[in-house]
Amino acid sequence: MAEQTGVLTGSPAPKIPAPRPGRVQGTLYRGREGMWSWVLHRITGVSIYFFLLVHILDTALVRVSPAAYNAVIGTYKTPIMGLGETALVAAIGFHALNGLRIILIDFWGNGTKHQKLMFWIVIALWIILLIGFVPRQLMNVFSE
Amino acid sequence: MTTETIEAPRSARVSKRSTNFEKWGWLYMRGSGVLLVVLIFAHLFTNLIAGEGGVKAIDFGFVAGKWANPFWKVWDTLLLWLALIHGSNGMRTIVNDYVGNQRLRKIIVLALLISSVVLLVLGTLVVWTFSPCPAGALPSDLPSFCPAQ
Repeated sequence: MAEQTGVLTGSPAPKIPAPRPGRVQGTLYRGREGMWSWVLHRITGVSIYFFLLVHILDTALVRVSPAAYNAVIGTYKTPIMGLGETALVAAIGFHALNGLRIILIDFWGNGTKHQKLMFWIVIALWIILLIGFVPRQLMNVFSE
Repeated sequence: MTTETIEAPRSARVSKRSTNFEKWGWLYMRGSGVLLVVLIFAHLFTNLIAGEGGVKAIDFGFVAGKWANPFWKVWDTLLLWLALIHGSNGMRTIVNDYVGNQRLRKIIVLALLISSVVLLVLGTLVVWTFSPCPAGALPSDLPSFCPAQ
């Protein structure tokens, strides 16, 4: 953390060193774990939101008729929708785990200090989650 | 060097509202987020993993079987409310970030509000007025516990 050394009145203009050329690391939020987790959180969040709108409407068909519900759910039982569902679960998994990381950054005293480590823990847990889910999901989707 | 004088900062505008809605929205995202992790992972597990066949096993009879138990009715109602409000508030945050035109921003936020209210009412009615054995349906579409018609 840079210390506040400038005095606003009467002092000579403070000398600020030119930024080092090349990759500036550790001082910028941009382009590091903090930014990418934020980008992924937004992309996954928006995707899940639009799925949620569709999902409330498709489930509402149980109140129309069993045939209407079964017809629409039937369109979900195709390989393409099965792959989309896999992507949806992957998006939910990341959003959930990174959301817990955000809560730790906000409420845990050392959260900000460990945010980069926690990002990689999120990625590790996310991969473990997908190892548990994806094979079973793909077997269900591609089996007759 | 001349001595520069810097104007005193303007005093903060006193909020007209007594409730800080942005703070409560911020807290809601975190509170609902923790609950949604549990609610959604269990939802995905029971619907996609636990049963034979995953998504292929889901049909009207599957839903009727789950909603025969009030536990899942409460569970799904909580999911509906917590997730949709969490999602639309997140969308509001994103719209506030990227939509510069104030008129357009207000229109989109209003659309988010209206669509959320409509879907909350619709979804809640669907869960709590659900009939597992509606008249006129094909017996093959109905759960096994329905009386023969």
